[in-house]
Amino acid sequence: MDFPSTQFVPSRTMGTYEPIHQIGMWGENFKSIGNANISASVIVDVANKLENESETTSHEMLTPSSKHDQEASKPFDKVQRRLAQNREAARKSRLRKKAYVQQLENSRLKLIQLEQELEHARQQGPYVGGGLEAGLLGISRAVNSGIAAFEMKYERWMEEQNKNMCELRSALNAQISDIELRILVESGMSHYFELFRLKSIVAKADVFYVMSGTWKTSAERFFSWIGGFRPSELLKVLVPQIDPLTDQQIFEVCNLKQSCQQAEDALSQGMEKLQETVSATLASGQMGQGTYVPQVAMAMEKLEALVCFVNQADHLRQETLQQMSYILTTRQSARGLLALGEYTQRLQALSTLWANRPREPA
Amino acid sequence: MDKVTRLASEKGVVLFSKSSCCMCYAVKILFQELGVTPMVHELDQDPEGWEMEKALMRLGCNGPVPAIFIGGKLVGSTNEVMSLHLSRGLMPMLKPYQTLC
Repeated sequence: MDFPSTQFVPSRTMGTYEPIHQIGMWGENFKSIGNANISASVIVDVANKLENESETTSHEMLTPSSKHDQEASKPFDKVQRRLAQNREAARKSRLRKKAYVQQLENSRLKLIQLEQELEHARQQGPYVGGGLEAGLLGISRAVNSGIAAFEMKYERWMEEQNKNMCELRSALNAQISDIELRILVESGMSHYFELFRLKSIVAKADVFYVMSGTWKTSAERFFSWIGGFRPSELLKVLVPQIDPLTDQQIFEVCNLKQSCQQAEDALSQGMEKLQETVSATLASGQMGQGTYVPQVAMAMEKLEALVCFVNQADHLRQETLQQMSYILTTRQSARGLLALGEYTQRLQALSTLWANRPREPA
Repeated sequence: MDKVTRLASEKGVVLFSKSSCCMCYAVKILFQELGVTPMVHELDQDPEGWEMEKALMRLGCNGPVPAIFIGGKLVGSTNEVMSLHLSRGLMPMLKPYQTLC
């Protein structure tokens, strides 16, 4: 349901709309006829009558009164047409308002229903013991606010990131000194480290949120490894962009890539072990009786380790970026950062294009 | 704690772990990939495990597991080992203790 802003402004107080805006609009319409003789009180009168009217257009409403006859300067038809258009607009307005209120009522009913179901489930459910049940709503509030805070910060982070990219790009095209370029590079790296810090905070609130990469675009999620980019993949993307490298640099980058891959393998296998452990814990004991408190409680404990893995993965990303900045010159690091930023932008563009691709008619 | 220090010096590469800890498992895999077989002590299977945990925490290990000792000296936990590995500092430390396979 969309509400074209020119015609209808849903006010924050449920269900009402602001007649003043309408009057203003209609006032404009009257003015456009070039008629200066209609007083404001007439306009208000007209507006009020239209608002209180039922959906059926009533043609007798705006009978040309003696006041309207004052517009001798304009053809009567034009005025009539304009008034009819206004009536039509008002009618459509009222219909939209009705539909909007209906939608709100439905949502309200749904909400009441959900609250009742939740209450029912809490009373009926197997979660005996104050800790789990009492904390249920409290935990979800904390989680939601943690996630909301992160999403806001991430939006600002992206804006800052784009700004950094622009600065870096123009700095590389201009001939600024290495010292100035170094400052930009350090700032660009710190910006990534800041993201890792933000992620560690939200991981404590909801590690599944970080694992699923919900805040990222779909193509980015496709390449996700434990909540972010895979460091060895990153090196594969960056290295061709920062040619030429000295032999020493090639050797060191190769070593770094190998170390990354080994560390990634270790963490990946640790994650698999974690999945097996949680699954085995959940599946333990007899199933089919509908009681599973101990299994779920034990699985919860095991799941704590997931936060460690997410943190370790980010730590690996941070170390990889740091080591690259030691191996490369300032100029190469700047090009590397730019390449990384642009690669991400390409992934984001891919997500958008894919979502909007023309599809076969069903 | 004496037991921890004693065990830490018994072999070149010593890992204090817990059998249920998946991060410890990840570190074990890493050492395997690097051709090293550490001496592993599972704290959850040791009667003095709780004291050993406290001792490791006093030494500065956050986990407290996994806790890695090379040449009798504490290297740290997963964070430190990963940083060391990426900065190419781990392999030289492990070289004397690599098992030929």
